[in-house]
Amino acid sequence: MNTTVQELKEPVPTPAANTKMRSVNIVVPVTTRLPAKIWLAVPLVTAIAFVIHLWAAKNQPAVETNSYSVFLEIVFGISLLIAGVQLFCPPVRRWMQHMCPIMAAAILLLSLWEAITSGLRWLPMPYFPGPPGVLQSLITDRARLFDSTWHSLFLLLSGYALGVAVALVTGVCIGWFAPARYWGMPLLKVVGPIPATAWVPLAMVVSPSAMFSAVGLIALAVWFPVTMLTASGISNTKASYLDVARTLGASPAYLIFRVAIPAAMPNIFIGLFMGLGASFLTLVVAETVGVNSGLGWYVSWAQGWAEYGKVYAALVIMAAFFSTIMTVLFKVRDRVLVWQKGVIKW
Amino acid sequence: MTEGASLRIASVNKDFAKANDVEARTIALHDVSLSIAAGELVSLIGPSGCGKSTLLRLTAGLDTPNSGELWIGPEMITGPNAERGLVFQDPNLFPWLTVRRNIESGLVARGKLQEKRHEVDEFMRLVGLETFENAYPHHLSGGMAQRVALARALINHPKVLLLDEPLGALDAFTRMRMQDEVLRLWQARGTTMLLVTHDIDEAIYMSDRIVIMTPRPGRIERTIPITLERPRQRNSPEFLQLRGEILEMLHFAGEARSAEV
Repeated sequence: MNTTVQELKEPVPTPAANTKMRSVNIVVPVTTRLPAKIWLAVPLVTAIAFVIHLWAAKNQPAVETNSYSVFLEIVFGISLLIAGVQLFCPPVRRWMQHMCPIMAAAILLLSLWEAITSGLRWLPMPYFPGPPGVLQSLITDRARLFDSTWHSLFLLLSGYALGVAVALVTGVCIGWFAPARYWGMPLLKVVGPIPATAWVPLAMVVSPSAMFSAVGLIALAVWFPVTMLTASGISNTKASYLDVARTLGASPAYLIFRVAIPAAMPNIFIGLFMGLGASFLTLVVAETVGVNSGLGWYVSWAQGWAEYGKVYAALVIMAAFFSTIMTVLFKVRDRVLVWQKGVIKW
Repeated sequence: MTEGASLRIASVNKDFAKANDVEARTIALHDVSLSIAAGELVSLIGPSGCGKSTLLRLTAGLDTPNSGELWIGPEMITGPNAERGLVFQDPNLFPWLTVRRNIESGLVARGKLQEKRHEVDEFMRLVGLETFENAYPHHLSGGMAQRVALARALINHPKVLLLDEPLGALDAFTRMRMQDEVLRLWQARGTTMLLVTHDIDEAIYMSDRIVIMTPRPGRIERTIPITLERPRQRNSPEFLQLRGEILEMLHFAGEARSAEV
């Protein structure tokens, strides 16, 4: 029937065409030749940082500052190397076009920090070491930092996984079954908003080990937002999806697992992100007060020795650690919610 | 080929609690009776609030009447099942599934996917969507989405297909093309169809019979058999005359209602 043919001519993008369009939209249009201000930005800024560093470091012991010099030299070398590679490699060029400005800004910020701290000494010294001091701490104490990160990762993942698993079950039950909603919702509304960290005293008394209580607290912190958002997502499933599914012969299990849960997925992910934020907070607090390992513990331990370089080193690791986990969750969301691509952005 | 079954609606009454007052009831359907033969295509038209959609939901088994019975062939309707497919004005495709998986969902729901996978291809060809099998619903135009919805409803080989203003949201041209497509599917499969529409032309163009309903309380005003030969000409004198008559009836229905109030 020719009606079909006619309608297929409508410029409706297929998914493949669509992703292509999107990537072009996000990345600035690709030029064949990178402007000098782009590829020179990082080497130039690094050179400036090096000069500032030489000026700021002249009144500091060389051992403390040497590694930062090496770091800047490496960055300088790599940036020149990549600027060379991009001449022959378009993907690298595209990547550089996107990343160079932000990396240059980051290095500038490092210099600014160094100028204010070790250079001009505007900030009280032991509390605000410059980037060379922090880098030095990172390197000298790397074994303990690595061990702490490992412990934090283990604690975070066990608590988060436990919390999410329980929350998905309770959330689906509260969202779907009226009796579960009647009895569960008040509990959720009353107990849920208590910050998980407020349970610390109780957790320390009740649980057999600090480790155990920390996992429980993180799970509790995650449980509330994930349950809340899952329940609201499930109960807000568009009624007509359920009606259609029923007339397709759907069983109750199909309605829950194949209609309500997928429909609630965007909401569930909001809960997962909120829960992740809450779990970071709870992790650090739990490590500070009970568990004698992990990054949270490391920060207060280093502070106890007045080694502020190490405090900042731990903060740098935390930033990298938490944002990596956040990125992983974003990737998972992009995979699961691929059907929303182009519909909702957050 | 006739897959359809007869549909018998016997003295059905349905009322709802009013939104703002639990004690008061709105009578949605008052003593509605209607018999539809197997393979017949019947349209329900009437002003909003006349209970067309309620009648469709009762037939689908998504609601239960306060009194009266609905029968599909020899079986009484007690709840929704795959024998009665439903297509809404909004295609209501599952946005998290690709076109192919949407069409498959009826088979998955009944656990028949393994056995009947080959039919999915057949239905995608039937509605002309082979090249879009991996697209997600938000990439589709309104007409395409509604075709997917039709294919999804038809894959279970329903005995009765219930259409609740399925083409109401489409532009005039797409709508006329889709009317032909629905007719083609109807003639090919012999499915009994009950079509709710606001569009008098659509009702005359498509139906074997038009049922005119009036509101407050919702009841059947009269039934008009359409005997024009198919394929019908939208601008033939007979068509236009019928159109005039029905418009007059609906206008009359409107007057009667304002007189009542």
